[in-house]
Amino acid sequence: MSGFVGLLHAELTKFRSVRGWVIGCGLAVFLMLLFAGLAGAGNSHTGNGPGGGALPVGPDGTRVLDGLTLVHQPLDGDGSLTVRVASLVGSEPPEPPQDGAAPTAPERPAAPPTAAPEPWAKAGLIVKSGTAPGSPYAAVMVTGGHGVRMQHDFVHDTAGPADARWLRLVRAGGTVTGYASADGTAWTQVGTAALAAGEATAGIFVATPGHEEFDQYPGGASSIGGKVIATGTFDNLVIAGGRPGAGWETRAVANENDPQAPPLLSEHDGDTFTVQGSGDVAPATGGPGPKLEQTLVGSFAALTVVAVLGVLFVTTEYRRGLVRTTFTTTPGRIRVLAAKAVVLGAITFAVGLVASTGALLLGKAILGEDYGATVGTQVRLVVGTAALLAVAAVFALAIGTILRRGAGAVAAVVVLITLPYILSVAAVLPAVPAQWVLRLTPAAAFAVQQTLHVWPQVYQAYTPAFGYFPLSAWGGFAVLCGWTAAALAIAAVLLRRRDA
Amino acid sequence: MTGALHAEWTKLRTVAGPLWLVVGAAALTAALSVAAVAAAECPATGCGQDAVRTSLTGVQLGQAIVAVLAVLVIGDEYRTGLIRTTLATVPSRVTVLAAKGAVVAGATLAAAVPGVLGAYLAGRLMLPGRGFTAAHGYPPLSLTDGATLRAVAGSVLYLTLVALMSLGLAAAVRDAPTGVGTVLGVLYLAPVLITVVSDPDWEKRLRQLTPSNAGLSIQHTIGVADLPIGPWAGLGVLALWSAGALLLGGLLLRLRDA
Repeated sequence: MSGFVGLLHAELTKFRSVRGWVIGCGLAVFLMLLFAGLAGAGNSHTGNGPGGGALPVGPDGTRVLDGLTLVHQPLDGDGSLTVRVASLVGSEPPEPPQDGAAPTAPERPAAPPTAAPEPWAKAGLIVKSGTAPGSPYAAVMVTGGHGVRMQHDFVHDTAGPADARWLRLVRAGGTVTGYASADGTAWTQVGTAALAAGEATAGIFVATPGHEEFDQYPGGASSIGGKVIATGTFDNLVIAGGRPGAGWETRAVANENDPQAPPLLSEHDGDTFTVQGSGDVAPATGGPGPKLEQTLVGSFAALTVVAVLGVLFVTTEYRRGLVRTTFTTTPGRIRVLAAKAVVLGAITFAVGLVASTGALLLGKAILGEDYGATVGTQVRLVVGTAALLAVAAVFALAIGTILRRGAGAVAAVVVLITLPYILSVAAVLPAVPAQWVLRLTPAAAFAVQQTLHVWPQVYQAYTPAFGYFPLSAWGGFAVLCGWTAAALAIAAVLLRRRDA
Repeated sequence: MTGALHAEWTKLRTVAGPLWLVVGAAALTAALSVAAVAAAECPATGCGQDAVRTSLTGVQLGQAIVAVLAVLVIGDEYRTGLIRTTLATVPSRVTVLAAKGAVVAGATLAAAVPGVLGAYLAGRLMLPGRGFTAAHGYPPLSLTDGATLRAVAGSVLYLTLVALMSLGLAAAVRDAPTGVGTVLGVLYLAPVLITVVSDPDWEKRLRQLTPSNAGLSIQHTIGVADLPIGPWAGLGVLALWSAGALLLGGLLLRLRDA
């Protein structure tokens, strides 16, 4: 074992005694910082969230949309609510704004032309701890195209029966249970949610996402969205456990500055409530626009540098004939390869950690916000990028060992990692082939930088052109590790078979 | 100059590497185009895609191979020490670089012409099967169409200019792997950076001034008027990069000891 430590020491000495390679490490850090600055260039310190302002934050720290029209009364303890959703209709989206014109929030039309509701338009019952945007809630609802759903705290979603119209919420202690029924007599449980006991507000609500159309064209992607209004008609509303004498009050919960802020309209005609709402109650999604991972775009530059370093770390030995000395002192060639991989991986990981931490902090300072990424996510971005650079360097080492010619090896590594990314993310390829490219090629590893989350309960183009990778963060990283392991295995076999 | 040219040609044709790179550049250019065409779809009229540009996607890969070829023409001489013999026989270093440039341009043309024509044929033969039909507004690709001819011939010129830029940068850095890393960094980083730059002015500047983005505007056949830079002007930007790189390489070649 001490022999291997000696070997590590020998390889470390070889690396740090070449001035160009040490300069290369510094260059990788410099390029990461430079690109972080370029990516934020010209960006003012204004928020660029979907709402045009800072978005509210949900109970678990996720950025959320919280725009709904609520007809409610206080519910201080245990109780239940029952209602029938008689109808849910949508409205025609407005004409998309002309190129260059800023989208304006249209005046609410006197009688908006009705249309089929958005698939994720919502009308139903809700118990919410308060009317502040982002506050916890539990709700059971009829949706435009996805049947009955039980949702709570923005990120949780449970499917219920497809055709039920009767809804019931039962609050007992810290638990809210949702039920649905087709006829108002036979009830099925949809789901349960935790909601802190104590003062809360309860009632009926209507919300709907805007009408979005996603387009991908060679070289880019765009989404055109327009505000729509959903109208829900309710009857048979019954509350048990409310304050004696309390009446139904209408209130819009909305994020200020939100162009999708709901219009305030509710009509109460005997037993029938007609409520209009717009603005969604859901986690915020990405799409085009700034994302935290763009501060790390310099990892492609750093990757090119570490690919050159990884290749040179082995091909220089062949060029100078040093490899014969190395193999004379250490006849176990695979041990030499392992020592080189460990030393190179450790150095590039350390360099990558410094570079990506600096780039993330610099980028955040320039962009002026962190796009709601949690500390855990930011640590994953930084550590994942460093690990990506380290594994890519070892991949380059293996390819360099296989080809023994530096120029071809550098080209192979850069082309295998960068070109698939360009072809898929810059929307050269259509969405489905692009997703396969990002599952199979080493470029999949850039999933480790993804901050966007796929929410099944939100309609969005979850494709590479919109910044969504098909694999999970570490799943994509594992693809690069697989390529590297295969390359190392081939390199080890060839190293034993060939003369140096 | 004739002697220097002959010497460079002899050096190129008497080792196996360059021939394989020429064959590889042509084959990979055509192969990636076949894959891109097979992946493309035009489901309905007005799908807004540039059929010619899709067919020529392979140039994105071919440029890496011609860059390796060009870098090795000078990088290998530094690796083996042959550069000292070369400069002893032809003391004028500018002549040496010019001769290398001519040989590199010739070798690149030998790769680019069949590679780009293969890419064009892939589009012509396979695109109608992917929904790019006359009914959807896409007549079969034809070189008699001015814009198509410009894109195809321009792609050949693009690869040649990339090779010359690579030669200049390789003369400046003198080490082949570092040279390839530098060239591919210059070519591939700009498109990645453009996907994240959120400021429209900066994005436009990058599209106008970076060699790969400006140069590849020659491949556009639709929406040409809306491009950040016109096709020939874009290729001109790349030509300026190549001239600048050759100038830098030539200058350093003159100033430094080999």
